[in-house]
Amino acid sequence: MKFSKRSISYALLAAGLSWTGMAMADDHFSTATDPTWKTECGSCHIAYPPRLLPASSWRALMSGLDKHFGSDASLDPQTAAGVAAFLDKNAGRDRSASRTPVLRITETRWFVHEHDEVPDRAWKNPQVKSASNCTACHVDGDSGEFNEHNIRIPKQK
Amino acid sequence: MRVFPILQAAAAAIALFVAGFARAETPGDFLRSYDAAARQDAAEFTGFSAQRGEAFFKSVHGREWSCAACHTQNPLATGKHARTNKPIKPLAPAADADRFTRPDKVEKWFKRNCNDVLGRACTPLEKGDVLSYLMSLGK
Repeated sequence: MKFSKRSISYALLAAGLSWTGMAMADDHFSTATDPTWKTECGSCHIAYPPRLLPASSWRALMSGLDKHFGSDASLDPQTAAGVAAFLDKNAGRDRSASRTPVLRITETRWFVHEHDEVPDRAWKNPQVKSASNCTACHVDGDSGEFNEHNIRIPKQK
Repeated sequence: MRVFPILQAAAAAIALFVAGFARAETPGDFLRSYDAAARQDAAEFTGFSAQRGEAFFKSVHGREWSCAACHTQNPLATGKHARTNKPIKPLAPAADADRFTRPDKVEKWFKRNCNDVLGRACTPLEKGDVLSYLMSLGK
């Protein structure tokens, strides 16, 4: 049997579309929420959805809040315990093979894979500034909405 | 008597209301408590200075950031986190009435930010100077 170039590209396109559809169905992260988590984890950056890191990573982060990626983000013990419990309960699965917990969401294999099409110049755009700045492109990211159709990569001024 | 339970309920409601707001303070309350602490620290303390506070606010103190790095040179304007770009509401009470009304919040942020900017806690004198500067704005 012989396939024409065109039929192969249609098949690939269909496969690509269905894969995108599956990925999109999975792109709303706001299932779990908690007012203290939202306030405390959302004051300097958006409150990153707990399922984006495994429990071991959240535990490591919560035990080093006074040195949080170069900033002091310390909390009083009572508040910290509440946030830690929420993260623990709603954390994602541990997909990494490494024993040391990944601390940055941007270093997870999932993140790297999802963003492999984003051009270098978009990351370097001063309006984006940092890969941690989800809402620079995911306009409704603050409410957990990361759908592919809700992305506006800012234009370089 | 029938009025009595109503009065009782009203009294309870008022008590709850008052208790709920007991922790809310004004910027002036913070200034008074820094004043008392600064007096204890140094007998020669003669009061806060908005001018000294402004200089402190806008300078770096041996590290990467000043207060103004995030809060901008104009504390009446919306700031921007130096690392993440997230907007920060104006710090001056004249521009945001919620500023300096909650002791837990004020303590939390002075602790974090003084550590980031100076690598240590701020003294009552520094806090009082900065707050005097912030309170002098927009009036």
